[in-house]
Amino acid sequence: MNGARILIECLKKENVEVIFGYPGGQVLPIFDQLYDAPIRFILTRHEQGAAHAADGYARATGKVGVCLATSGPGATNLVTGIATAYMDSIPMVAITGQVKSFLIGNDAFQEADITGITRPITKHNYLVEDIKDLARVIKEAFHVASTGRPGPVLVDIPSDIQMQETEFAYPEKVQMRGYNPTYNGHPGQIKRAAKAISESKRPILYVGGGAIACDASDEVYSLATKNDIPVTMTLLGLGAFPMTHKLALGMLGMHGTAYANHAIMDSDLIIAVGARFDDRVTGKLDAFAPHASVIHIDIDPASVSKTVDVDIPIVGDAAIVLKQLNKMVKKPDTKDWLKTIDGWKKTYPMKYKIDEKLRPQYVVEQIYEATKGNAIICTEVGQNQMWAAQYFKFIKPRTIISSGGLGTMGYGFPAAIGAKLGRPKMPVFDVAGDGSIQMNIQELATAVIEKTPVKIIILNNSCLGMVRQWQELFYKKRYSYTKLCADTPDFVKLAESYGAVGMRITKKKDVRKAIDKALKINNTVVIDFRVEQEENVFPMVPAGEAINKMISGGLA
Amino acid sequence: MRHTISVLVENKFGVLARIAGLFSARGFNIDSLAVGETEDPTVSRMTIISKGDDKTLEQIKKQLNKLIDVIKVVDFKEGEFVDRELMLIKVAVNAENQKNVLEAVESVGGRVVSALPGSVSAEVAGDSNKINGLIELLKPFSIVEVVRTGRIALGTGEKGMKADGKPEVNE
Repeated sequence: MNGARILIECLKKENVEVIFGYPGGQVLPIFDQLYDAPIRFILTRHEQGAAHAADGYARATGKVGVCLATSGPGATNLVTGIATAYMDSIPMVAITGQVKSFLIGNDAFQEADITGITRPITKHNYLVEDIKDLARVIKEAFHVASTGRPGPVLVDIPSDIQMQETEFAYPEKVQMRGYNPTYNGHPGQIKRAAKAISESKRPILYVGGGAIACDASDEVYSLATKNDIPVTMTLLGLGAFPMTHKLALGMLGMHGTAYANHAIMDSDLIIAVGARFDDRVTGKLDAFAPHASVIHIDIDPASVSKTVDVDIPIVGDAAIVLKQLNKMVKKPDTKDWLKTIDGWKKTYPMKYKIDEKLRPQYVVEQIYEATKGNAIICTEVGQNQMWAAQYFKFIKPRTIISSGGLGTMGYGFPAAIGAKLGRPKMPVFDVAGDGSIQMNIQELATAVIEKTPVKIIILNNSCLGMVRQWQELFYKKRYSYTKLCADTPDFVKLAESYGAVGMRITKKKDVRKAIDKALKINNTVVIDFRVEQEENVFPMVPAGEAINKMISGGLA
Repeated sequence: MRHTISVLVENKFGVLARIAGLFSARGFNIDSLAVGETEDPTVSRMTIISKGDDKTLEQIKKQLNKLIDVIKVVDFKEGEFVDRELMLIKVAVNAENQKNVLEAVESVGGRVVSALPGSVSAEVAGDSNKINGLIELLKPFSIVEVVRTGRIALGTGEKGMKADGKPEVNE
């Protein structure tokens, strides 16, 4: 069989249900095979949309997301999506066509060195040079993408290889001497960690996306609730522990809750689970958690002691490690500690101004009220993202889908399409800004035609809100190129032109009705909420400050 | 502090770019990099000389290990390895000073590989002191060009670096 057919057979062996992509000259043989393959193909309207949709599908389901594009511009259009998946450790296989082998390096039409371009933003990548390698490479690609610390893998296949014939044999096992992730934590270290937790007075669990990736939320729940340990989460860790629980402190860091930040700064023991102490979490590194010892459970050895020095490193799968840890920990006495934290919760609650005005936080709260947390919330990037993280109470893992590391505007909507395909029974929202949504607005066609009824919540403040906020606070209100136009585009008409449903809400009292109505409509819905332009995201830690040096905008 | 790191890698297309890209993307410093095939043609060995504090070096090793084409990484401890470098050097000579150049090369144990009426080319292998020493000796003459391989290193003692796959991390 030919290379294109071999690729399809490999994808079937990997149980791929859906591929997101866009055709082109150097993938014609693959598309010819897709024509009657038993795999659903979602034709996005831009390759970037395909990459984000594959990523959203992966985050919602835990399976590997697959996207496909042609050579040159098709491949380069995937780049932002691949980089997004890389930064957030999302399992993805990106397949690109390449010009014919003998033309590579000749500046052929639609040629780009995509393995060169994506080297620093993939976990690994391949250029298939021999048809005999194809099946093995695809097998390895799925293995590498989905094991250890997950990540995107790109496979570049020249079009002549797609047409060459060979016998198909899918390898049963991968043999890669250079790849051997560690799953089981070191028993001695786990024992030390158990002792440290048992002896701690002010412990805190700091849980990141790694806990979601390895489905460790049940173990996190046991560790926290059996031992009365408070839990703070990163943006990507939200949902690992229910926000409705009294031990939940919400998100920490730059826009985290004041009580989470105070708690981590005052703690004597940080139990980091699948989190990487990035700059948005730690703030000023020298001042971070000065009294705390650190236990760090992570599958990636390179994440351990990269920024914050770790006292008890445990390299391994968080679910496996926590399971063992849970058997050994003796409950520490945290009564006083929880009392202190309750004090902070009372002194610095999450709040915004409650009046008759339509404020974005209220919209997010009403999505929660309408769904009771049983929804997948995708976000774009900026204020919309932070309000979604702050005001939606995530109760289950894989219910927030957001570009945390790269911070990609335009991510949320195509990711929502992917999430809806992966979890069709869940209501899926994209909490967006009027800036971000326009970065991949063309996917309205995909959502409508493919019948993935996602609900797009535009928190329309007719500006690039987060940048505007920084300009207001740190650049003397010189609003340089952050104003957008409230009426261009007309989002309602735009939605309708694509065959979606558009609504515009300008009054607070109509918010809930609109959300309830959108949930009943079996179509993609765009709601243009005209929110207060000057609303800011608080609390906020100014760049380079310690994370307990928050500004509250006069609210606290 | 300066470190000498040996890396066994898959002898594949693009591996050098992956390693070099890793160093530049993460702002790690490379003083010298040498690469060549080993006794096993599927495996190449790189010797990288890098500077940095302990934390940086720890990251360098971990990040190298994360690369899938990297099979093994060893950061040599002081006194437990030897390193060598090969230099080829060409010096312009005339009838009067040719003899002096030849003597200088011999004095450090180098070998003349070509002696023509207008130029002498020599090779010298050894540690950095020896190679830098010859350059200093020849500076008073007219050096035309110098080419160095970069350092390669070998651990002393019975144990060797084997491409038997990555061990589990035991932290």
